[in-house]
Amino acid sequence: MSWAWFHRFGSAPYFYRVAGRLTPWFAWPAGILIAIGLYGALVVAPPDYQQSETVRIMYVHVPTAWLSLMTYSWMAVAAAVGLIWRIKVAHAVAAACAPAGATFTAVALASGMIWGQPTWGTWWAWEPRVIFELVLLLFFLGYLGLRGAIDDPTRADRTSAVLAIVGIVNVPIIHYSVEWWNTLHQPASILKSGGPSMPWVMLWPLLVMWLGFTCYFFVIMLTRARAEVLRRERGGSWVRNLLSQDGVAGSA
Amino acid sequence: MTPLPSTFSAAARVLRRDLTLAVRRAGDWLQPVAFFVIVLLLFPLALDPEPARLRLLAPAALWIAVLLSSVLATDFLFREDGRDGTLELFAVSGQSFAGLLFAKTAAHWLLTGLPLALVSPLAALSFGAPAAALPGVLAAVLLGSLSLSLLGAVGAGLTLGLRRAGALLSLLVLPLAIPTLIFGARATALAIGGEDASAALYLLGALAVFGLTLAPLAAAAAVRISLE
Repeated sequence: MSWAWFHRFGSAPYFYRVAGRLTPWFAWPAGILIAIGLYGALVVAPPDYQQSETVRIMYVHVPTAWLSLMTYSWMAVAAAVGLIWRIKVAHAVAAACAPAGATFTAVALASGMIWGQPTWGTWWAWEPRVIFELVLLLFFLGYLGLRGAIDDPTRADRTSAVLAIVGIVNVPIIHYSVEWWNTLHQPASILKSGGPSMPWVMLWPLLVMWLGFTCYFFVIMLTRARAEVLRRERGGSWVRNLLSQDGVAGSA
Repeated sequence: MTPLPSTFSAAARVLRRDLTLAVRRAGDWLQPVAFFVIVLLLFPLALDPEPARLRLLAPAALWIAVLLSSVLATDFLFREDGRDGTLELFAVSGQSFAGLLFAKTAAHWLLTGLPLALVSPLAALSFGAPAAALPGVLAAVLLGSLSLSLLGAVGAGLTLGLRRAGALLSLLVLPLAIPTLIFGARATALAIGGEDASAALYLLGALAVFGLTLAPLAAAAAVRISLE
C-alpha cells in the first residue's frame, strides 16, 4: 500500500487547499441538518409526559455531550499522529479541536444545568456524567493553558501532544472511578434521565441534531486549522502566492 | 574508554545523588510535609471540632492535603536539574532516559511521598481515628503517594522551563489525580470505620502499577521535547 496520500496531507499548501474545498461540504449539511433537527425537536416531537416541554433541552444537551468526548479523542489522535510522524498539519488540527471541544463541553454543562433545575430540582447534581464532563472541560482548559504558556510553536505542539495522549489514556480510568464513587454515595436510580427506550419520534430529531452538530464541528475545526496553518506558514512563498492571487496582499 | 554502566547501576547512582543532595539541603523536602500539616490544621479550625464530625471528615481532609502538598512538591522535581543542564547530560549519556528520570522520581517519592505517608497515621489520629485504622491509612497513603509522584513527574516534565508553571501544573495534574483521590479516600474511610479496606487498596495498587509502567515513558517524552 502506498503512503503517498498520507504524506501529501502533511504538506501545508495541500492541506490548506483540500480543507478549504471540504469545508462547504460540511457547512451546508450542518445548516440543513440542524434546521431539520430543530424542526423535529421543537415542532414534531411531543412533550415528554413527565418533563413536558423542558425535554427539548435534550436536543442540544445530548449532541454536545457526545461531541465533547469525540472531540477530545480526535484531538488526541491528531496530536499522536503529529508527534509520531512529525506532521505539523496534524498539530494544527489538534490545536483547532481544543477550543471547539471546550465550547461543546461548556455548552453541555450549561444546558445540563438549565435542564436539571426543572427536572431534578437542582442546578447541579454530583452525578458521574456531570463530573466526568467537568473533568473533560478541565482537560481542555489544561491543554489550552499549556499550549498558551509555551512560546516556541514546535515545542508547544509536541508538549501539548504528550498531554493530550496522557489525557486520553486516563479518560477511561477517571470515567470508571467516578462511576464507582457514585455507586457508593448515592442511589443511581433517581437521576437516570431519558431511560433506555425512547420513541422514534423523539429519537430521530436527536440523531439528526447530532449529525448536524458533527458537521458543524468539522466546519469549525477545518476553518481553525486552515487559519492556524496560514499563521504558521506566513513567511512561506505559497502563502504569498495565495494572497497575491486573491489580490489581498500587494507588495507585502 | 570505560564501558557504560548498566541502566540499573546508573539509575542507582542518580538515586543516591538526589538523596545526598536532599540530605544536605533539608528545606526543600521538609516544605511539603509542613504544608501538609498546615492544610490539615485549617480543617478543624474552619469547622467546630466536634470529634464525630472530624472523624467523618478525616479521609477527605487527609487526601486533599496529600494531593495539594504532592502537587506543591512536584515543582522541585526537575527544575534544578533542568536549569543547570543535568537533564541534557542525562539525555545524551546513552543511558535509558526514562530509567534515569524514574530514578529521580523514586528519589522524589522517598523524600516527599514517604514522609507524607509516615505523618498520615498521626494526622488520622488527631482527627479521631482509632489506632486499629492506622495500618490501613498508612498503606493507602503509601500506595496513593506513589501514583501521585509518578503523575507529578509527567506534569513536571510537561511544564519544565515554563515561567509560571505553578497554577498550570495543578490544572494539569489534579484532574489526573481524581482516581487516586477516590480510591484513597475510600480506603481511608473504610479503615477508620473499622471495615475491610482491601478492595480499595488493591485498586490503589493497580493505579500505582499502571503509573509505574507508563508514567516514566510519558515523563521522558515530555522532558526530551523541552530539551530539543
